[in-house]
Amino acid sequence: MNQPHPNRPPPASPGRAARRDRGRPWLGARLGQQHKRDFLDSLMRLYAKPLGSLLTAAVIGITLALPAGLWVALKNVDAVSLGWQGSLQASLFLRDTVTPEAGRALTRRISQRDGVTRTRYISRDEALAEFRELSGFGDALDIVADNPLPATIVVQPDTALGPMKIDAMLRSLAALPEVDRAQMDQAWLNRLYAMLDVLRRAVFIIALLLGLAVLFIVGNTIRLDIENRREEIRILRLLGATDGFIRRPFLYAGFWYGLAGGVLAWLLLVVALLALGGPVRHLAGLYDSGFVLSGLGFTGSMALLGCGIVLGWLGSALTVSRRLSAIQPR
Amino acid sequence: MSSAPAIIELREVVKRYAGGQLALDRVSFSLARGEMAFLTGHSGAGKSTLLKLIALIERPSRGQVIINRRNLSSISAAGIPRYRQGLGLIFQDYSLLYDRSVFDNAAMPLLLRGMRPTDIARRVDAALDTVGLLRYRDKLPVTLSGGEQQRVGIARAVVGRPYLLLADEPTGNLDPTLSAEIMRLFARLNEGGTSVLIATHDLNLISSLPYRQIVLEHGHMATAEAS
Repeated sequence: MNQPHPNRPPPASPGRAARRDRGRPWLGARLGQQHKRDFLDSLMRLYAKPLGSLLTAAVIGITLALPAGLWVALKNVDAVSLGWQGSLQASLFLRDTVTPEAGRALTRRISQRDGVTRTRYISRDEALAEFRELSGFGDALDIVADNPLPATIVVQPDTALGPMKIDAMLRSLAALPEVDRAQMDQAWLNRLYAMLDVLRRAVFIIALLLGLAVLFIVGNTIRLDIENRREEIRILRLLGATDGFIRRPFLYAGFWYGLAGGVLAWLLLVVALLALGGPVRHLAGLYDSGFVLSGLGFTGSMALLGCGIVLGWLGSALTVSRRLSAIQPR
Repeated sequence: MSSAPAIIELREVVKRYAGGQLALDRVSFSLARGEMAFLTGHSGAGKSTLLKLIALIERPSRGQVIINRRNLSSISAAGIPRYRQGLGLIFQDYSLLYDRSVFDNAAMPLLLRGMRPTDIARRVDAALDTVGLLRYRDKLPVTLSGGEQQRVGIARAVVGRPYLLLADEPTGNLDPTLSAEIMRLFARLNEGGTSVLIATHDLNLISSLPYRQIVLEHGHMATAEAS
């Protein structure tokens, strides 16, 4: 060891150059070096007690997986209902006084309108035959002497028009003199969309609550961690450690908890989607649909990990700043 | 008293704890730069309180504590870490970090100052060599004897080249042979120029040593005698 000179100035007030000479890098490099060390140290600490760390990460993972899973479910329902928009159609029931020829002519006129993609004329006889075939009430119909079914024009609007314009167009069709009554089949779709809006809001609220839960989980884990290292913190303070120096390892621990939780949540979702993929394909097949479950996607996955990290860090920060100041040397 | 500028100067210091207990009553003394002295007195005489005032663990109720020409009342809570980094503190219970190696323990003060790893290694090895523990640098403190653990504590205290070493009953848990060894170590550090103040109640140990004794009795200064 070098012999310190008796009248050497105190270390607190040497010149900048002298400080450099004594091996003190500039602030940025110093912080970088300390952060890098704490970053890895905190990971090693979690690795040193794998079961406890894994349990905490698992709880965070499950808590994150729930809202993320609901979000994926919503996204898929959205995709399905977008496909259903193609089946948006209106049935125009014609007055019985309209002859089949007039009906067909009307159908042609309607099909030339803007915003109409397809039309189909169903005469009274065709309607009866169809009903006989599909309903199974064929024999009952024989009792009724007269055909009770009206002729119908089925109109399929161009969905690109948007709900407002479609609505207006169908209303104008319903007002035609030949039309007895018009039935808009999109009412149920509107109800579905309204329901999805409610669900979306519900998922948002659940996600908020579970995010709060993650904050508490991380906060509590860090609180216990701080309690276990109370003596160490006391000693570090005596040696002149700043609040930042003491806080940093705990913040990084929060970061790692959050990241591990996010990764676990992601894995849980992937496994759940794999498990659901087969049955969903079967179900879609029964509906003649080529629908496939979509997962989180790249953006969604990154968002999930990001949420985990931010919540882990924040949960730790909220706890650490309150707890550390209470630990002072006596 | 020495004519050299004082490293420690207490002026009429009073410390009354929140419970009303009067720990120090108008205590004045100074320690010259480069001096080594013992702070003695029975337990409860105020030795620990005095060291706590110097280390800014406690603040005086009245009076001035001036360390290295700096009045401690001018140091805010935010300035305490920086101030403590300039001191070398040694404790009766060693206060080591038991989940870290001897090297990491001794390196902590330099780590706190943000020194470069290569410089840290060089200085820590030198400090461990001074206390004779270089061969244990990668061991955990629990594998060492009490005397060796205290020497780790001393290495940690001197590694930052403090202007003042403060030791609170450093030999309190050690047998006489080890205690004498530790005292010789302090004497050697003092010869190197470091100012040293050691609180102890072990009068047998220090009676033969040629250093001033500052005696506290129930919070008052007794005679400060040069032996």
